[in-house]
Amino acid sequence: MMRLASSLRTALAAFLLAAFAFVLIGPLANLALWSVAERWYTPYKLPVTYGTRYWEQVFRPTGDAMASLGTSVWIAVLTVVVALALSIPAGYALARLKLPARAFFMVLFLLPQAFPSVAIYINVARVFYQLGINGTVFAVVLVHAAHGLVYSVWIAAAAFSAVDKDLELAARNIGASPLRTFFSVTLPLAAPGIIASGIFVFLESLDEFTGTFFVGVPQVTTLPLLLYNAAMGGNYQVASITALILLVPSVLFMLFIERFLRADVLAKVGA
Amino acid sequence: MSISQRQLALLLIAPGLALVAALFLYPLSFSLISAFTGPQGGVSLDAFRKAWELYSRDMLFTVVIVLASCLFTGLAAIIIAGTLTLGENRWIVGTLKALYRWPLFIPFIVAAQCMRTFLAKNGLMNNSFVAMGLMEPLQAVSFLDWRGIVATFVWKQTPFVALLLAGALAALDRATLEAGRNLGASRLRVLVELALPQVMPQLLVALVLSFVTMLSVLSVPMMVAGSQPTMLTVDMAFRINSYGDYATANALGVVTYLLSAGAAIIYLKRGMAKEGAT
Repeated sequence: MMRLASSLRTALAAFLLAAFAFVLIGPLANLALWSVAERWYTPYKLPVTYGTRYWEQVFRPTGDAMASLGTSVWIAVLTVVVALALSIPAGYALARLKLPARAFFMVLFLLPQAFPSVAIYINVARVFYQLGINGTVFAVVLVHAAHGLVYSVWIAAAAFSAVDKDLELAARNIGASPLRTFFSVTLPLAAPGIIASGIFVFLESLDEFTGTFFVGVPQVTTLPLLLYNAAMGGNYQVASITALILLVPSVLFMLFIERFLRADVLAKVGA
Repeated sequence: MSISQRQLALLLIAPGLALVAALFLYPLSFSLISAFTGPQGGVSLDAFRKAWELYSRDMLFTVVIVLASCLFTGLAAIIIAGTLTLGENRWIVGTLKALYRWPLFIPFIVAAQCMRTFLAKNGLMNNSFVAMGLMEPLQAVSFLDWRGIVATFVWKQTPFVALLLAGALAALDRATLEAGRNLGASRLRVLVELALPQVMPQLLVALVLSFVTMLSVLSVPMMVAGSQPTMLTVDMAFRINSYGDYATANALGVVTYLLSAGAAIIYLKRGMAKEGAT
């Protein structure tokens, strides 16, 4: 009797797990199916003809998608450069120097993420329009960098405070200048955390839709905007392929984040 | 001339702060001023009156959707994190652990495109149910309305909340939980009565962050549910792109600020009540 109850429970748990897997993977499977469906209409449950015609169309060197991919990657790279250029000094100051009102500054970097962003972006777009920089890569990079700054500053601060102070003191004792100590001891030791924050900012920029939607249109078409236009135009194949391209880095990051961000750095984020 | 450490610190942090000031604080004050300025200038609530007349239904709709999404996200996360912590079947725990994190970093716009196809009348979900014989083809309905938005939000946010919750549960003192089990409490009871009360702060932080995120997402309501009623984010974009009506759009924006402030205050109040109690 006990054995029956226990195997019933296991069966129920397995059933729930299967239902969960269906809900989790079903939408992704549907996306993958659309990307190779050349013709798919009701009442057919699966695509009528399969093929890679749309993949060829998307990956044609002159196609919109390749141009958008280029724009997206270029914007993401510039965003990482801007964000790191601002957050390495800021993170060092927050982690190592006597900074008045430190907690206040930490919260200030968090604020852009803590507010519903659409209302902010429409006003950024208005200001940029008056300045005449709306629809430029520069404007989109600024918006993405401000959005990603909380991650890069907080993670950089955590990475710097995880560096052993004794190592810096040892370098100073044998005669290294403060600047030399920073560049040959502190920065290299904090580098893994800072690289992780750079990857984070890169992904955030690659995936960003709302800010680009208001600030970048109509000249700057990143991959998320291409996806949106294709989906709203009813071209499910191109939309699905674009979505798959965006999926790859996100899933890779999910699988490998623990290697980039060591636990001792992670424990200090936001502290 | 040498500068003090304080001055150096401020100098190093200044460029980052300048970016936040220019791209967040300045537009924020811009939006507040624009929302409270009347058509003839001067302080007025005209924009809010207009926003209420046109979009009061969408305000309610937004609140209901976001609250429902947070509720379901919380429940799903509790079930997942609870199973990961207290589950005894190693095979089930392992499979769940490998599965549940997948949507964590998937962009909202990709999730929206997935759900747009999956939940459609002829989407893979209905088709699978028909193929399994659970449903007649004529019974198939499209879920691309408020239900689709809630489903997308829950699908996307559950891994995040479950990850934080599972981390908090793993850090709990196992001895208390084992003691509960030894005294004959079921695993469900141990989870609800012993474990959850201790990790409530972490669960609330994760849900408040999800609440604000859901209020900020434009792509999901636009792509998953095209028609009226819709969420305030879509209304704001519409006021700007179709009419250039910044006053009403910013009034709606202030409403979203207040909603997220409300969520933050509930959280802070709880935290303070707790501190007062101990």
